[in-house]
Amino acid sequence: MHPLTMTPAINIQSVHKRFGSVNALKGVSLTINGGEFFGLLGPNGAGKSTLINIIAGLTRADEGDVAVLGHHVVRNYRQSRRCIGVVPQELVYDPFFTVREALRIQAGYFGLGRENDPWIDELLDALMLGDKRDTNMRALSGGMKRRVLIAQALVHKPEVVVLDEPTAGVDVELRQSLWAFVKRLHRDGHTIVLTTHYLEEAEALCDRIAILNHGEVIALDTTQGLLERGIGRTLRVCVTTAAPVTGLTGKYAAKIVRQAGNRLDLQLERSSDSVVDMLDAVRQCGATIIDLSTEEADLEDVFVELTRRKKA
Amino acid sequence: MNWRGMQTLFRKELLRFYKVGLQTLAAPVMTTLLYLLVFAQALQERVQVFTGVDYAPFLLAGLIMMSITQNAFANSSSSLIQSKVTGNIVFILLTPLSHVEFFLAFVAAAVVRGLAVGLGVYLAAVLLVPLPIHNPGWLVLFAVLNSAALGTVGVIAGIWAEKFDQLAGFQNFIIIPLSFLSGVFYSIHALPDFWQRASHLNPFFYMIDGFRYGFFGASDIDPSISLAVVVSVFAALVTLTLWMLRSGYKLRN
Repeated sequence: MHPLTMTPAINIQSVHKRFGSVNALKGVSLTINGGEFFGLLGPNGAGKSTLINIIAGLTRADEGDVAVLGHHVVRNYRQSRRCIGVVPQELVYDPFFTVREALRIQAGYFGLGRENDPWIDELLDALMLGDKRDTNMRALSGGMKRRVLIAQALVHKPEVVVLDEPTAGVDVELRQSLWAFVKRLHRDGHTIVLTTHYLEEAEALCDRIAILNHGEVIALDTTQGLLERGIGRTLRVCVTTAAPVTGLTGKYAAKIVRQAGNRLDLQLERSSDSVVDMLDAVRQCGATIIDLSTEEADLEDVFVELTRRKKA
Repeated sequence: MNWRGMQTLFRKELLRFYKVGLQTLAAPVMTTLLYLLVFAQALQERVQVFTGVDYAPFLLAGLIMMSITQNAFANSSSSLIQSKVTGNIVFILLTPLSHVEFFLAFVAAAVVRGLAVGLGVYLAAVLLVPLPIHNPGWLVLFAVLNSAALGTVGVIAGIWAEKFDQLAGFQNFIIIPLSFLSGVFYSIHALPDFWQRASHLNPFFYMIDGFRYGFFGASDIDPSISLAVVVSVFAALVTLTLWMLRSGYKLRN
């Protein structure tokens, strides 16, 4: 058993937060286990950053409790902040300092001195910033500044690492190297909490996912569990004729989601719709099927469906 | 106490102004010397100050204190507003530093900057204007207390202001008028009755008058009264600032 699984990495109980007339969080409760790679997803304005700011102590909840590794984020803020490293969403930096100075200062706030320098050097090397250690922060590219932010979050060796949209505006190569580094952290036993707009990243990386919408948790499940939530699959059929397939009626007609040229996309329910019956129905319209493929629902489909249902 | 954390924040604040020393140390010294040259020449024969004290040293003592207070204020206020506007204040807010440690580090750095500029003005001007020191204890006490008080006001202003414009307003409409109307350039005994009484409502008057006592052994009012006023004002400012920091006012939403 992972040593961190004894106490939840993050325990969130009935957290409410209002900003004026906006009800940003409406009683959110979540438990993130030690060693998990946890995804926190939601559309813009869902309350993800507010929740992360409350966990990090940057914002105070109006009601409810949050604890990091058992340390209350307000009452035991010193211990909770020592346990958590947060990579903020915005590309912020202090223009007065070099990379190494910025990291030493950040470590110093946590009570760490020169004895922490080897770890700083290790971080710089791991994040491919070794040759930039004496460069002023202003002179770094956006991607390098993003990596320094990650190093700053890790400089005190926190058990829990929160990444708030770390790949927003980052090019593909850097994104892949960042994920390789984050996966390494996870392998080393860190609990990772991630928010991202790139749902394929969450699908590939996260063990469990919570979807937040309008300040509420609308889904909390393993990634596989979410994908199997009966959203269904798409059956794509190519027929010989470019004319519309007009003979489909009733329940079969309702399955058409797109028809373009000789291609027909049909949305099938995983448990109740038979592919064979559907193909028979198409054939009975006089069309000859020349090709077909099925596409399983991905996290994006699940996300869109869940947030759409909530709106409806 | 997180001593090392507090020392780090203090050192970082020192480095911040040291790295731009031309702007934060040399420029205010130069500006103050220009004030001294212009006003001492223009007003030397026209302004009556303490008996047996020439106008130039009287003015110099006031200018030293004005430079101490203005730079102490500028240090903490500009650091905080810059950090807030650029967003890098999160680097401090995410750490285990307490509100007391945050306060002490910012104010201590403001004191150092204020005293550094004041000492710079003294060392540069004393070559031109002889300035005796009557009581170094009072001098140091008022220099430290006053810079700490204005460093604290700087923390308040830096937390309260949400943009540079608001901070400039705070400085131009509160700090500078109170400094200029505090008796830096004159003894309040040369003023009409109304303005003498009005000057007694200005805390900067006590700061400068008590500080001058350290140089000349003479002042407009008893220096122990000035000390009591400055200590009381400082205590009130500290209480307000610690409340703001503890509650997270404008820092932790």
